[in-house]
Parts: sequence; C-alpha cells; structure tokens
Amino acid sequence: MAQSITPSNIFRDQGRVTAVGRASDDWKYKFFSYLLLTMIAFTMIVPFLWMISTSFKPESEILRRNVFPQEPTLDNYSDVINKTDLPLWYKNSFIVAVMSTVSVAFFDSLAGYVFAKYNFPGKRPIFIIFLTSLMVPTEMLLIPWFIMSSNPPIGATWVDTYWGIAFPGVITASGIFLMRQFMQGVPDELLDAGRIDGVSEFGLYWRVAVPLSLPAIGALCIFNFLGNWNAFIWPLIATTRSEMFTLPVGIQQFSSEADTPWNLIMTGASLSVVPLLIVVIIFQRYIIEGIALTGLKG
Amino acid sequence: MPPGVFQNMTFARKKIVWAYIFLAIPIVFFAYIRVYPALFAFQMSLHDYNPLAAEQPYVGLENYERLFEQLGKRKSQTKSAFQNTINYVLLGVPIQLCLALAIALMLNEIRVMSTLYRIMFFLPFVTSTIAIAWVFRMLYQPRFGLFNVILQLVSLPQQPFLRSTQQALPSVLALVIWQGMGFAIIIFLAGLKQIPRTYYEAAEVDGASRWHTFRYITFPLLNPSIVYLLVLQSISFLRMFAPVIAMTEQGRGGPLDSTVTVVLQTYREAFQSFNMGYASSLTVVLFALILGVTIIQLSVTSRRIN
Repeated sequence: MAQSITPSNIFRDQGRVTAVGRASDDWKYKFFSYLLLTMIAFTMIVPFLWMISTSFKPESEILRRNVFPQEPTLDNYSDVINKTDLPLWYKNSFIVAVMSTVSVAFFDSLAGYVFAKYNFPGKRPIFIIFLTSLMVPTEMLLIPWFIMSSNPPIGATWVDTYWGIAFPGVITASGIFLMRQFMQGVPDELLDAGRIDGVSEFGLYWRVAVPLSLPAIGALCIFNFLGNWNAFIWPLIATTRSEMFTLPVGIQQFSSEADTPWNLIMTGASLSVVPLLIVVIIFQRYIIEGIALTGLKG
Repeated sequence: MPPGVFQNMTFARKKIVWAYIFLAIPIVFFAYIRVYPALFAFQMSLHDYNPLAAEQPYVGLENYERLFEQLGKRKSQTKSAFQNTINYVLLGVPIQLCLALAIALMLNEIRVMSTLYRIMFFLPFVTSTIAIAWVFRMLYQPRFGLFNVILQLVSLPQQPFLRSTQQALPSVLALVIWQGMGFAIIIFLAGLKQIPRTYYEAAEVDGASRWHTFRYITFPLLNPSIVYLLVLQSISFLRMFAPVIAMTEQGRGGPLDSTVTVVLQTYREAFQSFNMGYASSLTVVLFALILGVTIIQLSVTSRRIN
C-alpha cells in the first residue's frame, strides 16, 4: 500500500495540509496537540527511565518509593556480569543475529533478484509457494521444528547450537518479496550491457543489482537484526543450557529463583535494551522510512 | 535461421539454468523448513504424539474432539486461552489503532520537534518484549510499583493489577498496546502523506470544519492503511505469547488462567506436558483463525473500495 512513497518525500514536508486558512483556531489546535503529544511521549519513556534508574539502585532501595537512586551503585552491573551468564547470552544473541542477517541479506536479495529479472518455467508457482508460507504462523511450525532439531538430517542434534537457534530465519519470504520489488527497478539495459561485456550471471547480481539496491538491503538488514535480537519463542524452545540462551531467554530465566531479583532483572533489561536503542536512534531516519516504505514489521 | 537466434536461445536457456542454480538453496529451504513442517503439524494433530513415548498412535480427530469438548465445558484452561485471546484482539486492536491514528493526526500537523516525538513513540516498538514486559511487571507491583506510587500520590486506592483475575488481562494488554503503537503511527503517517493536498484545499474553500474534513476526506482515503493495520495487528494479538509469559507468575498465564493465550497454552501442552498432538491441533485452529481474519478483512475492504 505504501509503494509509491519515495523516501525523500516522506519527511521533507511535515505536511501542513489542513491549517492553511484557519488561523483563528489554529494556534489552539496546535497548543493542544503539543500538550497531548508531550504527555504521551512522557509515558513512552518513563518505563525506560524507571528501568535504568532501578539498575543503579542498591538492593535496599528497591522497595522504597524514590524515583532516583539515593546512593547510586554499579554493584548490580558487576553482579550481573560476573555472577550470571549474561555476557554469554549477549554473545549468543549477537552471533545468532549476525549469522541470520548476513544470510538473509545474501539469499533474500539473490532470490528477489531472480524473481524480478529472470523468466523460467515454474516461476509463478514457486513464488506463490514462497508467499503463502507467510500465511502460516510460525507457532504452528515450532513443534515440528523441535522434533526436527532433536533428530536432524545433519549432525547429532541442533538443540543448543547456534544453527539450531538461527535456522528458521536464515531465509525469509517477506525479505524476498521486498527485494523483488526493489530489484525490479534495476534497468535491464544495464544487465544486458554487462552480459555483452562477458560479465557472469552471478557477477551481474553482485556488481550491478546489489550496489543499486543497497538502501533496501540495508533496511532489510536492520529489521532482521532487530527481529532476531528480540526473538523469544523459538530460542526458548531451541535452548536448554544456560550457556546457549539468548538475551530474552536469559532475562526470562532470571525469575526462576525463589524471589524476584528486581534490580538484577532491570540491569539485564537495561543492558539488552539500551545499546540497541542508541543504534536505533542513530539510524532512526532510515528505520522509520524503511517501515513506511515496506510495511515490514521488525 | 538467421544467425544469432541460436546463440540467443542458448543464452536464454543459460539464464534459466542460472535462475534455478540461484534459487536452489531457497527452494530447498522453503520446502524443508516451511512447507514440510506445516504439513507435519497437520499430521501430528491426528496422532497421540508424545516424543517420550515409544509409539505415536494415529487417533484420527480425537485431539480436535478433545479440544471442542474443552471449549464446551463451563471452565477449562483451553477455553480460557481462546476467550482471553479473543478479548486481547477485540479490545487491543481498536484501542491501539484509535490511539495511533489520533497521535498520527496530531504529529502530521506539527513541524517543530516532530522528529523527536516520532523517535520517542517508536522506541518501545524496537525494544525486546521480554525486557520491557519485566519492566512493566515491576511498575505494576503493589507498594513499590510506579503505578501504585502514583495512585497513592493522588490519594486513590491501591490496585492489585497483575494479581487480580479482573485486572490482569487489561494490565498485560496495556503493555502490548503501548509497545506496538509506534508501528501503527508510522504506517498512518505514511498513509496521511499519500492524501493529495488539493482535497484539503477544496474542503477549505467550501468551509468544511475539521471534523468534516476528517470524516469525509482523511478517514475514507486512509482506508488502505487502516485495513492493512487491522489485519497485521489482529494477527499479532492472536499470536500473543511473550508478554504473558514474562508478566505472570512462573509464566503460567495466571492468576487462575485469566491471562493465558492460545500460544501459551500450546507451549505448555507441547513442551511441559509433551502432549504434542493436542498442542498441534491447537496451532491448527490458530492457523484457521488467522486465515479467517485475513480473508474476512480483505473481502470487507475490496467491497468498500468498489
């Protein structure tokens, strides 16, 4: 639905469309807009502030009602880093997210390129099968995936391995569909000129199609990384040992002990959320445009 | 045969071969990781499938019979799971979309600081659901939780939130609405940008009020975005899992099954009780629900656009 928007015109003009000649009530409307938006924006960031503030509180202050820590401490951070497997969960989340993002960037763009630029028998049915797989909720596949992982075609078991956590997401139908849309914009003349010059078919993809679709591939990579970093249900099923947990799974397991160590959970949550938020703020323009453009959901 | 045609033919054929070579891995992947497991899930739902047992006997439609028997009971976990899931969808989607639309309309009119607001509304959406659900769980705590602290400041009675069977579901829902709103806002803003400015200028000349402009121009022309979001958000509410497991005692969907969802129920049946056959029949019904929502909403739209 949002196909005809170009990245440049989404943000250039912050649409002053309805306010042209209503100067009389315009300022009132704006005033209330700003007032309401500020209040809502406040509710959007308060939970984050509470999380960060709690992560600096000593245990004795958790049950008190002070908003900011009276005696800020880094003990929670050193506890979480030294006494739990959180550094390992960090590493695991990072490896899995990078692994599947690299794979998605390559295979999705290659398949999208083929669907956009090649004609071959069976093209339509294959493409339709790829797309209909989007209709099947992943929840339906979890149990079969688990059975397959415990008794896989290659290797002894996929449970508690990086491949086992990552495999459902190494190629995505939504990514292929997105890349196909973009690759259709690659001029055929350019590809044919390359063919005449003796460039191989893979060379055409790698040196012509990929450089021309880098913005789309970039957006795909960001969404895919975010999606994998935050993925929960499959990593929960695919891992049994704490050393192999990803961050969300690890944070969920904090609670299994008798009472809830709120300061440690908030520290773990801060460590998992804050670095990503910084990255997101740096790339926000790119990400928001990407969502508006593709309708992709992380 | 003019020269060159033969060359072109081999050229075209070469391209076909290359297309299949490039697609080989994705085709194998989709066949083995997407299509086969989906069929496997259907097949499993017809068996008494316990991975720890020696045999997985074929039981026909028994799992489905059991499922509908549970739904027919006055109270059962399966029934609660379906009822709650439907409540999440019917309450969550309209509230979330109305809020997002109101915010998008306001954002669309302001210039100063609009990027800053946009980032703030958007941050929860890119945050790990598990991490932020634990933060909300803390905010909902009695005595030291922020919400009860605020209630006390304004001299209102303390609330049990997640500890009450009545308040737990709305409390979980509030987090999900809060977290997913940023996505809907961005889609609405993109939709608003699509509406030609001339329509508003014409309305202006006719002296239409703000409400009339919204009612007769913005809302109808925003229809594609609304339907897109209705489908997408309904599906994501139907699939709710992480917020409930993170916010309830031992991830059980309590108190007294008041927040349990179909997916949580599936997870518990499959991976805690190892009733994988019955769990598969639950996922098949979930699949049917998702398919139904998509088809109904798509057919409603195409009619309205005609």
